[in-house]
Amino acid sequence: MQSAFTPPSGKISQINGQCISLIGNDIDTDRIIPARFLKCVDFDSLGESVFEDDRKTLKGKHPFDLKENKKASILIVNSNFGCGSSREHAPQALMRWGIKAIIGESFADIFYSNCIAIGIPCFTLPKNSIQKIQKYEDNKFLFLEIDLKNSIAKSKDLNFNLEIKESSRKMFLSGEWDATSTLLANENLIENKLNDLPYLKFNNHLL
Amino acid sequence: MSQDTLFDKVWDLHKVSNLPGGSDQIFIGLHLIHEVTSPQAFGALKDKNLKVKFPNRTVATVDHIVPTDNQSRPFKDNLAEQMISTLEKNCLQHKIRFFNIGSGNQGIVHVVAPELGLTQPGMTIACGDSHTSTHGAFGSIAFGIGTSQVRDVLATQTIAMNKLKVRQIWCENQLSNGVYAKDLVLHIINKLGVKAGVGFAYEFAGPAINALSMEERMTICNMSIEGGARCGYINPDEKTYSYLKNKLCAPKNEHWNKALAWWKSLKSDENSIYDDVVKLDASKIEPTVTWGITPGQSVGINQQIPLLDDLSPNDKLVAEEAYEYMSFKPGQSIKNTPVEVCFIGSCTNGRISDLRVATEVLKGKKVSKNVKAFVVPGSEQVASEAKQEGLDKIFKDSGFQWREPGCSMCLAMNSDKLIGNQVSASSSNRNFKGRQGSPSGRTLLMSPAMVAAAAINGKVSDVREFIN
Repeated sequence: MQSAFTPPSGKISQINGQCISLIGNDIDTDRIIPARFLKCVDFDSLGESVFEDDRKTLKGKHPFDLKENKKASILIVNSNFGCGSSREHAPQALMRWGIKAIIGESFADIFYSNCIAIGIPCFTLPKNSIQKIQKYEDNKFLFLEIDLKNSIAKSKDLNFNLEIKESSRKMFLSGEWDATSTLLANENLIENKLNDLPYLKFNNHLL
Repeated sequence: MSQDTLFDKVWDLHKVSNLPGGSDQIFIGLHLIHEVTSPQAFGALKDKNLKVKFPNRTVATVDHIVPTDNQSRPFKDNLAEQMISTLEKNCLQHKIRFFNIGSGNQGIVHVVAPELGLTQPGMTIACGDSHTSTHGAFGSIAFGIGTSQVRDVLATQTIAMNKLKVRQIWCENQLSNGVYAKDLVLHIINKLGVKAGVGFAYEFAGPAINALSMEERMTICNMSIEGGARCGYINPDEKTYSYLKNKLCAPKNEHWNKALAWWKSLKSDENSIYDDVVKLDASKIEPTVTWGITPGQSVGINQQIPLLDDLSPNDKLVAEEAYEYMSFKPGQSIKNTPVEVCFIGSCTNGRISDLRVATEVLKGKKVSKNVKAFVVPGSEQVASEAKQEGLDKIFKDSGFQWREPGCSMCLAMNSDKLIGNQVSASSSNRNFKGRQGSPSGRTLLMSPAMVAAAAINGKVSDVREFIN
């Protein structure tokens, strides 16, 4: 666990930080945060339990336990990261541990939308670029500067063109990734839709 | 880009606006909530000083944390008690309809909403649970969301989302005897892979799908997410309408006729365009069992666990991890693998037809003395129907424990858990590492009939040897 947690807010255009690599495909949200930690009515204490079972199995050798990774904030993963359960507890746990952005080969859909909704940009890179970063890290720390405006990541001697959904990129740059107020701004359109939907008319006993 | 599919039609019907970033704002016709993913959403409403916009469009039940042995309140587990009390309080405060324990209608949210007739064709349905895809069996567009999106639906009845592509999965011919919807969907996930569905909605179609009952169709759509597809659906037909007729919350009298006329207009056009089409022959599928740590790692009962060289380069990394975790050798037969725990239940296979099929196998037989077997009905309605038919007695006589409704050992948030590296034969949907409550527990996914067969023999068995 890092120092006191402040959730992201407003515009997000630049993320600079040390990378932490987690190797493996299809790492599911049960592994990111096992179900027993979902017995809570807030997200506050999830950071310390991230990857709890994997960490116990590896007895201190899990990347999230290594001393040199304590200050890392950019998570590097392989393919289909975050598959399985829709639990937002998974990205919340990663965020509370200290992760601010994720770069991977690919992400599961619900995990991806959960990350966007809480202010963690997720970028994709081809497999060989991911492996290059993961290999690089075997030797020394890698610090990346992520520029969302131009979708690039660079370090002293590496440069990557990151991929991110255009709608997500725009939402981070404008600060509208926290969608509630943007959605509420269309209040009249929402009311109109409610009145137009055919099935709400024959299900009016519910309304 | 897909055109004129049911997905396109329902999506367009519910589109409220184009958002500045380029996503669509989509109206959610039915919002389902439960105790695990909703408390933080209600908390966020409070922080932002917002109300629930249309309380009648949200329905609640409690499922994930409920004990299945003793449901008297307060629950023995303080945290579980805190979660159910928080849900009770939130529903009361925001005037949300809540099907609580003892109401006769409590159960797993994806079992309850269909059996109450809440789930209907043409709706958009969202719930803070990835298995919301289940409701697509009725021709609704249903998907799982996270807690921030639960907050958005409560506050606005809409969410921001990018439109999905549509892949049709055409299932030719019929499933053979002793092969069930679970085998079909495990087979589909195995053939397409666990991430093929990312960015897609799956439309399941063809003669094999048409022949399935509504409950079997729910099993198929339920596991779309295990293939990476957030949403899976089936075009509604006569079976859909007759299932809904007379259900508690289904339209009645003159409303029924209006509903029926509208539902009949809802299906993918014959010349609709899909982003992708995949065809498979359902008659070739065997009873299927997972051997690994993703739902895509499965084999037919008479096949061997694949050798590393038989797998594509992308699948090798997870396969190596799976051999080690499961203690299986490549090339080993899955048949006759000893099992220690047998679990029948979950939103995938905890419905009345699942219990009926299992009791057909169990009738007059005994569970192996080496096996702990238990059945958790998907809902209070399922439990009551099963009791009326005497299914509970068949389960108990065979040595199964008969439990109260809930999610139970599908994800082990209550006290139903594997111990150590026990092997379970499970009718649930995920075989992830640690999924069933023990960090080293091992899960073999299969149909409820196959779980029953495994319980009797104490090892993975071919259910066709019991029913033919």
